[in-house]
Parts: sequence; structure tokens; C-alpha cells
Amino acid sequence: MPDIVLYAAEVTLNGLMAGVLYALVALGFVLIFKASGIFNYAQGVLALFAALTLVGIQKGQVPFAHLINAMTGNHYTNFPWEVPAIVAILLAAAVMVVLAIIIEKVVLKHLVNQAPIILFMATIGMAYFLEGFGDVMWGSDIKTLDVGLPQGINDTIDTVTFNMFGYGFFIDNLDIVAAIVAVLLVSALTVFSQYSKQGRALRAVADDHQAALSVGISLRFIWILVWSIAGFVALVAGIMWGSKSGVQFSLSLIALKALPVLMLGGFTSIPGAIVGGLIIGVGEKLFELLIGAPFLGGATENWFAYVLALVFLVFRPQGLFGEKIIERV
Amino acid sequence: MKKTLTALVAAAMTLTTAPAFAELVVPNLSYRTGPYAANGIPYADGFNDYFTLLNERDGGIGGEMVATPECETAYNTEKGVECYESTKGEGALAYNPLSTGITYQLIPKVTADGITLYTPGYGRTSAANGKVFKWVFNFPANYWDGASVAIKHIIDQEGGDISGKKIALVYHNSAYGKEPIRTLEELAKKHGFELSTLPVDHPGQEQKSQWLQIRRDKPDYVLMWGWGVMNQVAIQEAVNIRFPMDHFIGVWWSGSENDVAPAGDKASGYKALSFHGTGMDYPVYADLKQYVVDAGKASGAGDQVGTMLYSRGMYAAMIISEAIRKAQEMAGKSNVNAAEVRDGFENLDLTEARLEELGLPNFAQPIKASCENHGGPGSAKVFQWDAGAKKWNEASDWIESDKDVLNPLIEEDSAAFASENNITDQCN
Repeated sequence: MPDIVLYAAEVTLNGLMAGVLYALVALGFVLIFKASGIFNYAQGVLALFAALTLVGIQKGQVPFAHLINAMTGNHYTNFPWEVPAIVAILLAAAVMVVLAIIIEKVVLKHLVNQAPIILFMATIGMAYFLEGFGDVMWGSDIKTLDVGLPQGINDTIDTVTFNMFGYGFFIDNLDIVAAIVAVLLVSALTVFSQYSKQGRALRAVADDHQAALSVGISLRFIWILVWSIAGFVALVAGIMWGSKSGVQFSLSLIALKALPVLMLGGFTSIPGAIVGGLIIGVGEKLFELLIGAPFLGGATENWFAYVLALVFLVFRPQGLFGEKIIERV
Repeated sequence: MKKTLTALVAAAMTLTTAPAFAELVVPNLSYRTGPYAANGIPYADGFNDYFTLLNERDGGIGGEMVATPECETAYNTEKGVECYESTKGEGALAYNPLSTGITYQLIPKVTADGITLYTPGYGRTSAANGKVFKWVFNFPANYWDGASVAIKHIIDQEGGDISGKKIALVYHNSAYGKEPIRTLEELAKKHGFELSTLPVDHPGQEQKSQWLQIRRDKPDYVLMWGWGVMNQVAIQEAVNIRFPMDHFIGVWWSGSENDVAPAGDKASGYKALSFHGTGMDYPVYADLKQYVVDAGKASGAGDQVGTMLYSRGMYAAMIISEAIRKAQEMAGKSNVNAAEVRDGFENLDLTEARLEELGLPNFAQPIKASCENHGGPGSAKVFQWDAGAKKWNEASDWIESDKDVLNPLIEEDSAAFASENNITDQCN
């Protein structure tokens, strides 16, 4: 088999894996947009805040230590304990639920019936606030995130493909875990929205706010619910991305990777986020291999993802799986 | 403008530690927020703490207290320029913005305003030519020196011959990251190695394509010109593909404790350049502990002392303070102005004996500046990360850059700048 075919196959597999990671970020956007029509600019910062909180809890870090020390002259850094990863994840998820309640009570409750652009602006404010708040709460240093996820080349795939093709494929163990987690997450979300009472209420709100209110569904509860779920999804995305680079403030920029996925998959479809992520992941990596690196000097992935999404937009403005917008005069 | 509580607290702390009647003002254009905060904080702390030490221990420089009003740039060029404009009226003597982007924007401004721009190890490389860049100094080393030092180290590792070897450069796809390419191309011609370049877009969180290519091409060595999250991800990806870490060499902006920490033990063996020493094994730290840290006057949380980037911030402060001292000596007065401080930079003669007096023996290379030479010796050491001990160990002595290759490139680039800006030889 020609080398370029093997390389393309390896790149495609890695593109699929990268696409899953993009989809994990995009999922949070979709959940909130679907239930409330808000494009949540703060989703990337939610992932950062969730990951910071997870590491802080796990390492027994004293929250607001810098502030306390500056005000009192003490030198607090850590509690004399560390928390097991699974407990820390559960506690971090609980913090994200509390955050969702606070967001609803402090911000969203006061903006009911406001235009979408006002809600969007509110999420911009939330993003800046949360970034600063996370900074004060947990500090700006880079934190190593270790919840026991495997990383590095998968030896089995390497060996099997080497025996088959004479060239061992590289697949990162962390990417495999991310793919499994994404499948479980999407399955759980689907089951939840299809078969649970709250899930059906969530879908009703997504379809029509006023109709849902008229049958007694609490919009405020649904908002808390959906922001909590989005917070949990952000935590999962933060764990996957943070395991690679450490938890640091650039983590919030992973939202940039989700935008083309949303444009392509649609803002209202969970399967759309997954399929969109996979198409963007594979598309950008294959383009880089076949055209970007050899002819354009490389580093084409960021802009090519947006070009690919724009091409899809020309033919399907609502995205691949988005709901068709019909407005009657 | 975005300001986080941390920035406010930091600014408040700076104000509270600043001397009440400071005469010498050296603004600290820092970044404690945003994606690059983790690197900006230790540098800013080292910079502030050194001046605090001089104030607390010596009563300032030549009897004049030093103020370092801090301005948050968030590593954003526009904010950096705003900071410059808002602080230059305070009697600023020199700027050190820790950003190549900000440096490029400030070069025409400092030239017009007559204030020194000091950019150790970053900024515009050809500013080493004092005949063209009167107000800019970038000693002790620049990016091109770094490229040359890295290649010399590889030559040394390979027993003197690297012809036919493959060397890949993974770089931040920005003006900064592209700086070494021209030099490496020239060095490739001279030494016969094969150079490949792999750009990584900002911020660099996703580098799978680049590292798959490295895995396919199997270069003998990989060099890195990265900053921020790009460094951590690159080191992790190198670990993932099992690239030999002792064949992976970063420039000094890719060699902090932050960069290697996320990859854990497997980052051991990774190499990075530095133009100064690091760690706590210098006598100056005893004074720093007594007069700054234990006295509760440390900048920030005081938890960065002795790290690589803290040492670099301290180095920059030390050079600026020595230039001010020289300016005072030349002017015969203590309250020197910006023009006199520039003269101090140009006549700086930092000897090993002086470094020892400062409590920093063998911390850096001696510098003998002149009107023509604003670039210094151009030497650096190679450091190697020991993950077990969590410290950088010296892996080489000082390595001098290849001036035969670099000087013509500096002449060429600075001549182009001089021609565009109608600058004649400033030294004649």
C-alpha cells in the first residue's frame, strides 16, 4: 500500500478522535442553545472553571488563598489532604450545579423575555467574570491534571497495524478514552431527554417556551437543569483537554474549536455536534496532510475548519442537523 | 478593558510596596491575566522583587528609590501600547514589555520619545545593531543567537558533524516563532543538515498533525520556538510519540517549569536554552529572603522565587539597575533621566566580578556594550529537565553563537530598517 494512503488512514483516525474532543466542547453550546436560545459565549470559560475547580479540590488547594494571604499576611496554600479523583469529579460537578443555580438567580432570571442578543451579551459578561473569579479562587499557575486517564501511543493498535501494513498507526490512549466518554455522554443525554420527565420538559421548553409554561413547566428549573448539564459537559471537556496541556487559562480558548463544529452540525442538534465534530476533525487534518503542509506551508487547520463550515452553510444555513427556520409572513 | 480581581490585588500590592518618594521609575508592563498569565506572573514577580530588594537593602540605586508601576497588558499588543502611553509621563526610564509584538509597536515610539526599550532574549533581533537602533537594547542574546547555540549544541552531541541529519523546527506561527527560520536556513547550508519547519497556530492546544508528521519524518532533533500552552502540548505530544526527549530542544521561552510540569516524569531529559542561571544557589537569594520574602514585600504570592522565569525577570531588573547605576556614574548625579539611562545602557560593562558582588556569580555572561553593540555576547547554556528532582540542570557550559553567520544577517535586516526609516549611522 502506498505510504500516503497509510498516512491518510492514520490521519483520518486521528482526525476522528480530535473531532470527538471538539464535539465535547460543542455539546455544551448545543444544550444551552436548544433549551433557551442562548448562544453561551461563556462555555469555554465554564470548561476552564470546571477543570480549575476539579484540580483545586483534588489537590486540596485552599480557595482564594492568594486573596486571603494578601489580606491577612498568612501563607495558606493547601489543606493537609488530597481528594481521590472520582470524589473530586463528583464535587466539581456539584460546584457546577451550584454555579448554574447562581447564574439563573443572578443573571438569567432578570433577563426573561429579553432579545437573544441581550442574553448573548450577558454570557460575554459571565465569561469575563468567571475567568477572573477562577483566577482569584484557584490562582493563575498551570496545574497538572491527573485523574488516572491513560496517555500516549496505544501499543495494540501500533502493533496490529504494523503487522498488517508495515506501518504502525499512532492513536493516543487519551483520545480513545475521550471517544468512549463521548459515546456514553451522548447516550446518557439521549436517554435522559427521551425517557425522563425532566428530559421531556426540557424538550418541550426547547420547542416552545410559552406552550411549556402554559402546561406548568417551570422555565427557571429547566434553565438551572440545562446549565447544570452544560456545566457537567464542560467538566468532561475540561478533563480531556486539561489532561493534555495542564489546566491553564488558555483552556477557555477551546471554544474556538467548537464554533465551526456548531456552524456545520447546527446549534440545536446533539447528533449534529458529534457528526460536525467528526467532519471538522477529519477534514482539517486531511487537508493539512494533503494540501496544507506540502503546498501552503502548514498551520491550515484553524482557518480550514471555518472554511469547511462556511461551505456547508452555503447549502444548509441551519447546519447539517439544525432545525429548518421557517418564518411565515 | 478587562481587569480581573487578581490584577487589581496585584496592582494594589505593588502600590503598597512601592516607595513613597520614588525618583527612578521603571514601569513593569506585565501580564498576570489571560492565556499567558502563568508565564507572565513569575517574570513580573522576579522583576519587581529585585527592585524591592534594592530599595529595602540599599535604599534604592545611588540613594534614589525605584518605583515599578505595574500595567497589565494581558500579552495583548494594543494593551501594551496603551500601557506605554499611560506610564511614560511618569518619568519612565526604560521599558521591558516581555512581548515581541509589543516591542515591534514600541520601537518607533521609544525612538520618538527618547526612552530605552530593553528586550533581553526577545523582540527585534536586528536591534542588536546600535548603529540603527539607538534606543533599543537586547543583550545578552537574541533569537538568532538561540538558533545558533542550539545547532552548536547538536553538533557537539553528534561529535562535530551533522551533515545529512534531519532537524525539525516546531514554531509558534507568529512573528516571534518565525524569527529563527532564516538563521536556521543559513546554518543548514553551512553544516549540511536538512531543515523542516512545522508551524503551530495560536494558541497551540491542538498539534496532532505536526507530531504525526514528526513521527513519520523521524527527524534526528526537534527545536521548538513556542510560548504558553503550545509548549506544554508539544512536550506532551513528544512524550506520546516517544520522541527522545534529550533530542528535543526549546528556546529559552520554551523552557520553564510550567512547560514541563503537565507531562510529568516523562518530560525528563527535555532540553531548553537559557541566557542566565536558575535555581536558588545564588547568594542574592539570602538577601532576597531576608529583605523581601520574609518581610512580606514579595510581589504576587511570593511562590515563584528561583523558578526559570522568575530568574529571567530578576535578570532583566538587574541589567536595568546596573544601567541606571552606570548612568548615575556618568552623569555625576543620582536622579538621572531617560536619555542618561540610555547612555548607561550603551556604556554598560558588567563583569564577572560585578556579578559576584551582586550575589549572582556565574549567573550570566559578562556584557560590554558599546554604541555599535546593543546585542551583547550572544551566549546561552543548555539546561535539561530532571522531573524527579523537579529542577533544571546545566547540560552545557556557555555556548557562543556563530557570529560569522549571524552578523551579516543582522547587518542586512537592520540596513533594511534604516533604509525604510531614513536612519543614518548613529555612531558616527
